[in-house]
This record gives sequence, structure tokens and C-alpha cells, in this order.
Amino acid sequence: MALFNAVLELADDHLVLGHRISEWCGHAPMLEEDLAMPNMALDLIGTARTLYAYAAQLEGQGRSEDDMAYLRGEREYRNLLLCERPNEDFAHTMLRQLYFAAFMHPYWQTAQASGDAVIAGVAGKAVKEMAYHIRHAGEWVVRLGDGTEESAQRMKDAVEALHAYTGELFEAGATQDVDDLPDRSAIRDQWETTIDDIFAQAGLSRPVVQFPQLGGRDGRHGEGLGHLLAEMQSVYRAHPGATW
Amino acid sequence: MSGEVPLWEVFIRPRNGLSHKHVGSIHAADEVMAVQAARDVYTRRGEGNSIWVVPSKAITASDPAHADENFEPTSDKIYRHPTFYDIPEEVGHM
Repeated sequence: MALFNAVLELADDHLVLGHRISEWCGHAPMLEEDLAMPNMALDLIGTARTLYAYAAQLEGQGRSEDDMAYLRGEREYRNLLLCERPNEDFAHTMLRQLYFAAFMHPYWQTAQASGDAVIAGVAGKAVKEMAYHIRHAGEWVVRLGDGTEESAQRMKDAVEALHAYTGELFEAGATQDVDDLPDRSAIRDQWETTIDDIFAQAGLSRPVVQFPQLGGRDGRHGEGLGHLLAEMQSVYRAHPGATW
Repeated sequence: MSGEVPLWEVFIRPRNGLSHKHVGSIHAADEVMAVQAARDVYTRRGEGNSIWVVPSKAITASDPAHADENFEPTSDKIYRHPTFYDIPEEVGHM
């Protein structure tokens, strides 16, 4: 059951963040980003699907990946609070993406050597996707941070707003007793190096967090997740079992 | 916003050994962002393995008003097409 819970946490991170980014579809500031963001969303949702299907199989109760995604309430979701933070402006969105990808890239690198064949398989694919997400989001963070007066201010505001959510990335959560998944706390050094390198180019600095925001792994979420799930799950709940 | 962002022409090479082909254009602030935008817009279905971007303003085009003097003179020079000899069977595919 420990592996089931750990896989579910990972899947929830990917689905919730993937859904958040998909909210930009049709609303991005330029056509190029209107395609780039759904690309990233689909990377994350693709990973979530594989992980949900695997979690359902580990559980062995006959639930499907759709049941996992669409029939659990917000208290049952185990995603990081970072992943559910609202899109706000482009600075927030790109920074949130950078924070997440800068963690997941080394995470999947380590997981490629996992003794669990499904995890190692997911890792092999996701590691390339996360490398691109770091590059895409990182280049934007540099340009906004080192851009106009307004873009620099928005980037600083985003760091101020989101940095308190990054500590949760390194919490063990359900992976405590799981050997086949990487030790999350061991990734902190690499994450900080990636962020510091990009922040140095962007003219940003990593703030000291007084009050880290935790609770996602226990199902204690912000107000935004309920709205996100209500929208995401409405079709499935209105038409249970529908296929197309 | 696009009014302030430079335009770039995008060239994709579909496979090793083939040449880069023009596929369209994108807006981006600089060359690094242009390659990323080209990747996101034009390679979503496995279209290629190499991208070139060129500032659209770096391209010099022929004048449409000169189309007649540029291209018409070749239309009656069919002997420039290598179609007036037979290739022996043994040569196979050329």
C-alpha cells in the first residue's frame, strides 16, 4: 500500500499541474505560447495517466485511471500545494513550472534506475520532457526577471508568492517506506543549483522562507483546488461511464 | 504584443541527409526563444530532428514586379530538363 500511495501522490502532482497549465489554452499572450503550454500540459497529463493506471493496478480494487482522476474529492487528492496554485500572470505560471520541473528532472533521472519496471519506464520518458520544461520556463523567467521594470516586478512578486510552497517538494510523503522511488530530500542540492543559476541570470534571489506551506500530502489544500476539480470532473460526473 | 516581437522564419530538417525546408514563421523576442517557439509550434508530430530560425528581416526577396523578366525566359528552354535521353535498364534507380 505504501507504493500505491506514493504513486498516487506523484500522479496527483502531474494531473493538477497539467490541468492548471491547460487553463492557458486559448488565453496565452501569443500563439506560440498558446501551443507551448498545452504541449507541457500534455506531457504532465500523459505521465499522470500512466501513474494512475499503475496505482489502480497496485490497488487491485477494479478502479480505472478515470475513477482515480474524476471520482476523488479534494481531501483525497495528495498533490503538492505548489501544483494547484492559480496561474495568475505569466510570471507566476512560468516560475511554478520551473520550480516543479527543476525538481522532477533530477527525480526522474534517479528513478530511471528504479527496481520497479513501470517507474523506470515512466522516468525514461519524463526525464526528457522535464529537461525541456526547465529550459522553456527558465528562459522566460530570465527574460521577465531581466526585462522591463514591470516584468521584473511581476517576477519578483511571483517568487514572493510561490517560494513558500517549494519546501513541500522535498518532504518524503508516502515515499517514506518505498525503496523503488527516489529520496525526495536528497534532490534539494540539485534543485537549488538549478534555481540559483537561473535566478542569477534573471536578477532574482531565493528568499528565506519563514513559514513553509505544507499540507497537500495530507489532503489539506487551498481553496483553488476545489474549483479546479469541480471544473475538471464535471463532465465525468454528469455523464458517468460515457465514452467517445 | 506581437507588434513588438520580431518575426522569424522556421526551417525544419525532417531526417538526417535531407535539407532543411521552410515550414512557416513565428514570433519570438530573440533567437533562443525563437528555436523554442519553433519546436513548440512546428515539431509536435515528429516532423523533424533539426531546427533553423532566421530573422525574417534578414531575408531579401525577389521583386514580384520582376517576375516576368526573372522567370518567363526559362519557359521555352525545355532542353534544360534532362529528359532527352534513355537511361539503360541496368542503371536502375537514379
